[in-house]
Amino acid sequence: MTWETVIGLETHVQLSTKTKLFSRASTTFGKSPNTNVNLIDCGLPGVLPSVNKEAFYKAIRFGMAVGSKINQTSIFDRKNYFYADLPKGYQITQMDLPIVLGGKIDIETDSGIKTINITRAHLEEDAGKSIHDEFDGFSAIDLNRAGTPLLEIVSEPEISNAKEAVSYMKAMHQLVTFLDVSDGNMSQGSLRCDANVSIRKKGDSKLGTRTEIKNINSFKFIEKAINFEIKRQVQVLESGGNVIQETRLYDSYKDETRPMRSKEFANDYRYFPEPDLLPVVISDSEMQEIKDHFPELPKEKKARYQKEYGLAIYDAQIIASSKSMADFFDAAVQKTKNYILLSNWLIGEISAFLNKETIEINESKLSAENVAVLINRIDDQTISGKIAKSIFEEMCSSGESPDQIIESKGLKQITDDDSIEKVVDEVIANNPDQVEGYQSGKDKLLGFFVGQVMKETQGKANPQTVNKILKEKLTK
Amino acid sequence: MSIQYKTISQLREMIDAKSISSQELVKETLKLAESLKELNCFVTMNKDEGIKKAIEVDGTNTSNSLLKGIPLAQKDLFCTEGLRTTCSSKILADFVPPYTATAVEKLENAGSITIGKTNMDEFAMGSSNETSFFGNVHNPWKKGYVPGGSSGGSAAAVAAGIIPAATGTDTGGSIRQPAAHCGITGIKPTYGRVSRWGMIAFASSLDQAGPLARSAEDCAILLNEMSGYDPKDTTCLNVENTNLLQSINQPIKGLKIGIVKEFNLGDLKAEVQIRFEESKKIYESLGAEFVEISLPSISASVPTYYSIAPAECSSNLSRFDGVRFGYRAKDTDDLNDLYIKSRSEGFGDEVKRRILIGTYALSAGYYDAYYKKAQQVRRLIKNDFEVAFRSIDLIMTPTSPGTAFAFGSKGVQNPVELYLEDLFTISSNLAGLPAISIPHGKVNGLPVGLQLIGNFLKEDLLLNAAHIFQQNSEFHLERPSMEEF
Repeated sequence: MTWETVIGLETHVQLSTKTKLFSRASTTFGKSPNTNVNLIDCGLPGVLPSVNKEAFYKAIRFGMAVGSKINQTSIFDRKNYFYADLPKGYQITQMDLPIVLGGKIDIETDSGIKTINITRAHLEEDAGKSIHDEFDGFSAIDLNRAGTPLLEIVSEPEISNAKEAVSYMKAMHQLVTFLDVSDGNMSQGSLRCDANVSIRKKGDSKLGTRTEIKNINSFKFIEKAINFEIKRQVQVLESGGNVIQETRLYDSYKDETRPMRSKEFANDYRYFPEPDLLPVVISDSEMQEIKDHFPELPKEKKARYQKEYGLAIYDAQIIASSKSMADFFDAAVQKTKNYILLSNWLIGEISAFLNKETIEINESKLSAENVAVLINRIDDQTISGKIAKSIFEEMCSSGESPDQIIESKGLKQITDDDSIEKVVDEVIANNPDQVEGYQSGKDKLLGFFVGQVMKETQGKANPQTVNKILKEKLTK
Repeated sequence: MSIQYKTISQLREMIDAKSISSQELVKETLKLAESLKELNCFVTMNKDEGIKKAIEVDGTNTSNSLLKGIPLAQKDLFCTEGLRTTCSSKILADFVPPYTATAVEKLENAGSITIGKTNMDEFAMGSSNETSFFGNVHNPWKKGYVPGGSSGGSAAAVAAGIIPAATGTDTGGSIRQPAAHCGITGIKPTYGRVSRWGMIAFASSLDQAGPLARSAEDCAILLNEMSGYDPKDTTCLNVENTNLLQSINQPIKGLKIGIVKEFNLGDLKAEVQIRFEESKKIYESLGAEFVEISLPSISASVPTYYSIAPAECSSNLSRFDGVRFGYRAKDTDDLNDLYIKSRSEGFGDEVKRRILIGTYALSAGYYDAYYKKAQQVRRLIKNDFEVAFRSIDLIMTPTSPGTAFAFGSKGVQNPVELYLEDLFTISSNLAGLPAISIPHGKVNGLPVGLQLIGNFLKEDLLLNAAHIFQQNSEFHLERPSMEEF
């Protein structure tokens, strides 16, 4: 039997606002527990929410980028359920009138570009965090995250396999980071998704029973969780069973999904309009303001890099595909004239380093200014390309500026003919056999002499000059 | 010199004439409250802090506020920083808020002194003050009789002359009905006039804070200070505040007052009807005209209210879960057990009843039939008022169908009997309109109230009509004998 998979994703994007959705408490990640919390966040008796418009602007920016209809009047609803890290006993969210309706997002698949339709995207507040394993016999609550603004983006069930799901999430990541809607940091939970997975016989028009895998927070896990779930559902159906509609959790240690205990999710959320908030209205002039300050998206960046800086199409594409890389390039390119060399370094040496460390460039010790200086020192022949590589390693580990490193390690390139000639003379005098060999036609020995000169100068001699002088002297 | 039964203006004169200092006044008030402890008006006294504040106020000459140095009491659902705030519930019996409600803060910034927190129906759910965890409040007019509710402690404390005025809140009549039963004046402002920040919510779309006092004039003094835009409450109206004191004492000749056909006043007790007719005559003698009006959907007010208010309360009260503040049950097995035991032990029966009703009204499959339908009917009731106010200035009704009643005599077997206490008051909450209750005589020795309902933001008109009535009658000057206490 051939089975066909149908996947819909609910993506939770943590909006990068300075303060929370309904309070003025900070959203900074990684603060000690319960410090980013004010009266509203812990749901004290008598407190009331007031909206953070910045979150609306970000949600609207997302909607505009994917061609959605924007509901300029937003209504909030309460989703009622009890959980220890949900301070009010309800979550403020949007049910009937989401801020963003419809839209499309293009993803890359093995067979080319595929368009996935967006059903809706709505604003809601995040819950806090329960900590179950740090205090003997007790669970602890950290409300730092409570009230952080989330945009929940719901896709149509148009994703056909795990790889497409990953591709969708990558496209989503690119979009929300370029739009400055979110920092997209998946390990900190800024971008995570619930996957609704079902299978059906190939050719069936009716959807199979779906399961929902909750809270997946890495590209790798999305692929693994969905693939596990597809396999599981196929096994259930092929052995004559029925898939039960349920919520499941992906366990990355065991690489499996399993049902959540029924207590971990409620069935009836008793949604009703939030009476503490009046409808939030976004004016036409606010909409225009958002349009007028729309961030540059990858496509536009790529075209600009080709046109303004003469980058090759492939290079421009790579740099423009990551927000942190593009930001870095945009900053560094202001401080150097050799755009091509900068681009080569970003795609070559720098990318290799980042991949090895599996970090983003903004998480490294590299600054745009320092990299630009490094490019400039190669460009003005203060250092050779080879020395540049060792300086780069130093920059990566210490964060020091290239000029500091050149200065403190004495790496400045020797370019004057006299100094190099002196070393060349020494090398020739010390290696009579090789001189004879070269002169009898073994041209390849030139490399040996270059190596010796470089060794004597700790690599600081300008290679072109060394070559030139060696050739002159040896052919005499 | 006795300070009992004094109005704000009388106390103001005494302070300004230096015949009493604020410190002496506050100490006298606390003494009076102590001697009338049996009434059970107060849940918590603010003795030391109150006296300290009075000394401070005595030492400043800057403010010329009418409330400077005047003792007031706050209903115990307004959060007061450092001062226990219980909502008359076991679940908040030890709750000390870290912040102060906007309405109280404004009154205190005007120089008034909070001398204590008043008893109330638990979480403001009730019309007799009998659901309080801290016990019944006696009506100063008759021991063993209810003061009305839910702002029963505030009403009784003012009626007994302990304080000149107190704050209350009104979700379905909780200021006006106890004011009526205790023979004092109380106004529920337009929804959004007073900030709800710091006011522990019962039903968010209906709750509104207001004053209870010995006269319409004193109500105006308090409301002037309490109202105003507050960015912390998005439902708070951003409108200019008129000085309500300046707008009272205007002639009411030509004022058009509507009598609601659908209220079938003929069904009420004869004595209540007589009081109502007498008050009509007073207004007529002052030049007001009466017209019969129709509010076709008004008969649906009580069921509409009892779908919406419990629905909102079921959600609003979810935060009382024993996790972060308030009562937490001991010896619980797991989180669910913690919720069940803390809430079962912490809430009283009426609160539980309303949480259950509300949870039911919001449940999948019932939402459309109850909550949504109720919201649609609410819209119709609002429209009725909108149409009526095109041809009239005010609406006049009795505040309550009867007088105060004996403890335990109503609603014990059948809660709905008690829900009907709110028959005349509920519709102005549903429509968001301002309404005032003023005393207009007694029936069987117990006070009855007259209610005036105004159009949106017409508190000035309401207070003026009430003030003029009080200038031309003496009902508001009557005092209980207090012999029993």
